[in-house]
Amino acid sequence: MRERSGRPTRPGHAGAPARRDPAEPVLAIEDLTVTIGTRRGPARAVAGVDWSVRAGQTLALVGESGSGKSMTVLAATGLAPRAARVTGRVRLLGEELTVLPEPRRRRLRGRHVGFVFQDPMTSLNPVLTVGRQVSEGCEEHLGMTRRQARERAVELLDLVGIPSPRRRADAYPHQFSGGMRQRVVIAMALSCEPDLLIADEPTTALDVTTQAQIVELVADLRRRLGTAVVWITHDLGVVAGVADTVAVMYGGRIVEQGPVDAVFAAPSHPYTRALLAARPDPAHRGRELPAIQGAPPSPLDLPAGCAFWPRCPVRGDARCEHELPPLVPVAPGHRVRTFYPGREDA
Amino acid sequence: MTADAAIGPGETVAELADLKVWFPVPGGAPVRAVDGVSLRVRRGETLGLVGESGSGKSTTGLALLRLVDPTAGVVRVDGQDVTRWSRRRLRGLRRRVAMVFQDPQASLDPRRTIGASVAEPLVVHRLADTAAARRRRVAELLEMVGLRADLADRHPHELSGGQRQRVGIARALAGEPDLIVLDEPIASLDLSVQAQIMNLLRGLQRDLGLTYLFIAHDLAAVEHLSDRVAVMYLGRIVETGTPEQLYGEPAHPYTAALLSAIPVADPRVERHRRRIILSGDVPSPADPPSGCRFRTRCPQARPDCAEVDPALVEVAAGQRAACRYAGEAVRAMRAPTAGEGPGR
Repeated sequence: MRERSGRPTRPGHAGAPARRDPAEPVLAIEDLTVTIGTRRGPARAVAGVDWSVRAGQTLALVGESGSGKSMTVLAATGLAPRAARVTGRVRLLGEELTVLPEPRRRRLRGRHVGFVFQDPMTSLNPVLTVGRQVSEGCEEHLGMTRRQARERAVELLDLVGIPSPRRRADAYPHQFSGGMRQRVVIAMALSCEPDLLIADEPTTALDVTTQAQIVELVADLRRRLGTAVVWITHDLGVVAGVADTVAVMYGGRIVEQGPVDAVFAAPSHPYTRALLAARPDPAHRGRELPAIQGAPPSPLDLPAGCAFWPRCPVRGDARCEHELPPLVPVAPGHRVRTFYPGREDA
Repeated sequence: MTADAAIGPGETVAELADLKVWFPVPGGAPVRAVDGVSLRVRRGETLGLVGESGSGKSTTGLALLRLVDPTAGVVRVDGQDVTRWSRRRLRGLRRRVAMVFQDPQASLDPRRTIGASVAEPLVVHRLADTAAARRRRVAELLEMVGLRADLADRHPHELSGGQRQRVGIARALAGEPDLIVLDEPIASLDLSVQAQIMNLLRGLQRDLGLTYLFIAHDLAAVEHLSDRVAVMYLGRIVETGTPEQLYGEPAHPYTAALLSAIPVADPRVERHRRRIILSGDVPSPADPPSGCRFRTRCPQARPDCAEVDPALVEVAAGQRAACRYAGEAVRAMRAPTAGEGPGR
């Protein structure tokens, strides 16, 4: 099963599933629902979410706090907290993850999925050199020798733009700046040449000039390595720069999803429209911003119908308040949660 | 050097003159967080102060309140030199200059009610004699920031992030300050709530004639709220001007790079725009580069940039930049072939 030598080639390692159809999504989730038991009752963090992402494509999950965007990917990759009950289907590289025993799932995840979180220090071990942390995955999942893995780590640090990688591989995380640490985490995430990269607010804690560097880096790696990327963010500017497709989440559900151009050119859910309108831009300088009133709902206390109803500037009718609107197509691949597709005021 | 002396009238509320704030490092060179900053805040304006982490923008704000001690230079508030004021005298200063912090969760005492937190400045500065007067004033302040007066009995954890930031603003208003230093007031809020707080700040300024020093890394928010903007890099101001000037015709290469890094919420624009990607990291403020501090990352650095530390000079009416090649360097960066790296 494991190769003991040589550089890894792309598919087919460490018990990977058989060669797959390139049209098959790398990760596909269907009707994913996550309920978390809390002292104050069950919190429905995610409800009935469907999406998929293909090789070389980036899906952006957009939403505010409590929208369920992070929980969706944690649950999809089997990393949801123990108190969470997860239902629905998750296919990673064609394998149904939800029915796999945990050790097999962990192996599949370790070999095929890389993670980058907002705070690089949560992913880095402060007492290990960065070279060791990057090489660990190569030894563990690619069956490399220590020496091979070390060489691979230096290559990866170079790939993500760490200057003098051979020397810096022996440094510890505290000797790096925030932006450089995030590059190290990306090198770690890429160490097994993952088919899927999950980036949860990877640039939120970084300065804009560093953010621009990381955005370029991930775009470049995706082009060169064909990695599928799920990028979680609250920044619509970042979405516009990185995504091929977008899913906008609110109150645990998708309210709008589709190709990035379609969603930005013709935002069709009142929430998407309001979010885009509330961004300051030079045309509004010195004027009142069209703000959305109120705050996002708590997953402990979601409205019965459309979760956005209490804050909605449109408020179609009483139906929206009491019944959950369906996710319906408005254009090819572009879906909106509404009773009134095509109506600007609905 | 006194900044902005050439720019029109307008009564000065607060002023920093060649301010330096150095933090000692045991066994090493001091960290020069602020290293020669001159700024003037005029009554009724919003002065935006932008920069990345480590630029010294927050320390500059703290220095205005004398919450950090200047190593050199002068801090003047309402024409009075407060640089060497004692703690006792500073209490009066802090009534005139208030501060709103980034994280309202951290700046409110979790065990005290909202009302008690808002009333604190009233007690410290003896602005309400009786408990009833204090209650009335707290109710009035909460209503000014768009909160119901009955929230006074709640605790911070019962409020949303946006509501907590409104409480932070109410508390800052309690002493009827001349100047409010807003340090990243919207950075930790949800996107849909940021616009509410920006509208609130603008409305309060209009109604009460407030003056703001608005410190933020969010350049779009700064452009939206500010009358003038100062850009900081590594302890220095590198450019000042109106938002139209800085966002339209930046003269300093750092301003141009910073603006080109802001993502635009339009995928068609993003796909075709040419970013100026800076290489590397901000150098250590304990050991800033010789000459121009930006030269180690500047795509347009020339040999003599290492030798001369450029002063802020006027490049257009009301716009000043600290670059020997101001204007020219930016034009070269924006020209089709120059200065643009693939970012690695």
